[in-house]
Amino acid sequence: MIEIKNIQKTFGDRTVLAGVSGTFKPGDTSLIIGGSGTGKSVLLKCMIGLVKPEVGQVLYSGRDFLTGDQDTQKAIRREMGVLFQGGALFDSKTVLENVRFPLDMLTQMSAAEKRERARFCLQRVGLDAAADRMPSEISGGMKKRVGIARAIVMNPKYLFCDEPNSGLDPLTSIKIDELIREITDEFKITTVVITHDMNSMMEIGEKIMFLYKGKKLWEGNSATITHSNVPELNEFIYANKLLRDSDSHQ
Amino acid sequence: MHYLGRYFIFLGSLFRNREKFGVYTKLVLDECIQIGINSVFIVSIVSTFIGAVTCVQTAYNMVSPFVPTYIISLIVRDMTVLELAPTITCVVLSGKVGSNIASGLGTMRITEQIDALEVMGINSSSYLILPKVLASMITFPMLVILSGFLSIYGGYIAGTLAKLITSEEYIYGLRSDFNPFNITFALIKSIVFAFLISTISSFKGYYTSGGALEVGQASTAAVTNSCIAVLAADFLLAQLLL
Repeated sequence: MIEIKNIQKTFGDRTVLAGVSGTFKPGDTSLIIGGSGTGKSVLLKCMIGLVKPEVGQVLYSGRDFLTGDQDTQKAIRREMGVLFQGGALFDSKTVLENVRFPLDMLTQMSAAEKRERARFCLQRVGLDAAADRMPSEISGGMKKRVGIARAIVMNPKYLFCDEPNSGLDPLTSIKIDELIREITDEFKITTVVITHDMNSMMEIGEKIMFLYKGKKLWEGNSATITHSNVPELNEFIYANKLLRDSDSHQ
Repeated sequence: MHYLGRYFIFLGSLFRNREKFGVYTKLVLDECIQIGINSVFIVSIVSTFIGAVTCVQTAYNMVSPFVPTYIISLIVRDMTVLELAPTITCVVLSGKVGSNIASGLGTMRITEQIDALEVMGINSSSYLILPKVLASMITFPMLVILSGFLSIYGGYIAGTLAKLITSEEYIYGLRSDFNPFNITFALIKSIVFAFLISTISSFKGYYTSGGALEVGQASTAAVTNSCIAVLAADFLLAQLLL
């Protein structure tokens, strides 16, 4: 389980996160939603240790990630998998080498075991055939799937996805969402997804946190999101014409 | 001062929380190919022509009949070993290698590849930059030796083909009043320049933020700052060691 407590972050005189708290449970796909510039990505970066908040705690199964010693931080990092917005695949390595990279760096497995594990993860995301291709030779959706394969190769307890659907067509987006949900269920991972994709919210939002101007304004799930009485959230949701129209028909 | 402080903190981060020694072996070899072998062509071309031009221009300036002709090759040798081979080669390399390092790291930064390493618990600066620094410090002296040889050989070809000096005179001049410390001095300079170019370029690339425009700016800044650092270090080393 991940707990965040009173996370505050400022850049210069601009407050990006003004005391955000929340809990993310194992086996749940939790979504953090909000418009651009509301602090979603900064919150994610605070959670994975890329940005240090001025105030607050990030607890992984009770272990404090931000103030823990180097060994604790290293141990927590090894339990994390992160899917970055653009995939963040290493340009100089093939797809298989990208997926195998965490195993090469962080485990004592034999070469055969590493290859087998990397192949398994690639099969899991349906990309076994692309193992020997370079990242520049595959599509955006494939890059995301390779990113997911790399994120799960170490059997993580915690999976973070930063806008997994950005830049993808609706069909590929649905496939990526389904893949994230399946992996979360299958391996009982605590998954946190940053998104502003309405389809993702409705499809995989077992728990949804809405951020607005650095504050958590609402928390719920896909069943309750359309019935909230938070004007900022309603404005965000119904910015989509299709949803607005379908809701007015109902 | 702010940047200088950040630069020294950055240098410290290369050696803290390093990966196991074995991890670096293959990386250093790969970087030696990227930085060293891939620079052989440009270094060869530049050095040969610099030697040829030095020979022709020295001969052009020798107007007194009391100065023996073999002095031409003596001047070519000393200019090459003391200055042209180490400094000009490293200025050329600061353009080729420096921009390559800065743009490569800058692109990795803006495409979140460096963040990906960090979240895995890998010291990204040590993993990415230390091999580049070590490879530069291994290959630059080799390139300088190659440059020195080709520059002197370029002078020989130009001098004999243009009938400015005979082959025997050229070789006699090369052997006259030879001070072996000059070679040591050239190699010391090449190692110092390698360190400066690789670390300054890495520093510029590693801390790139923004997009493609900033990567280009980081690359330009890397080359400019490396050149200035090389020339300043050149003067300091000459004052200290000669």
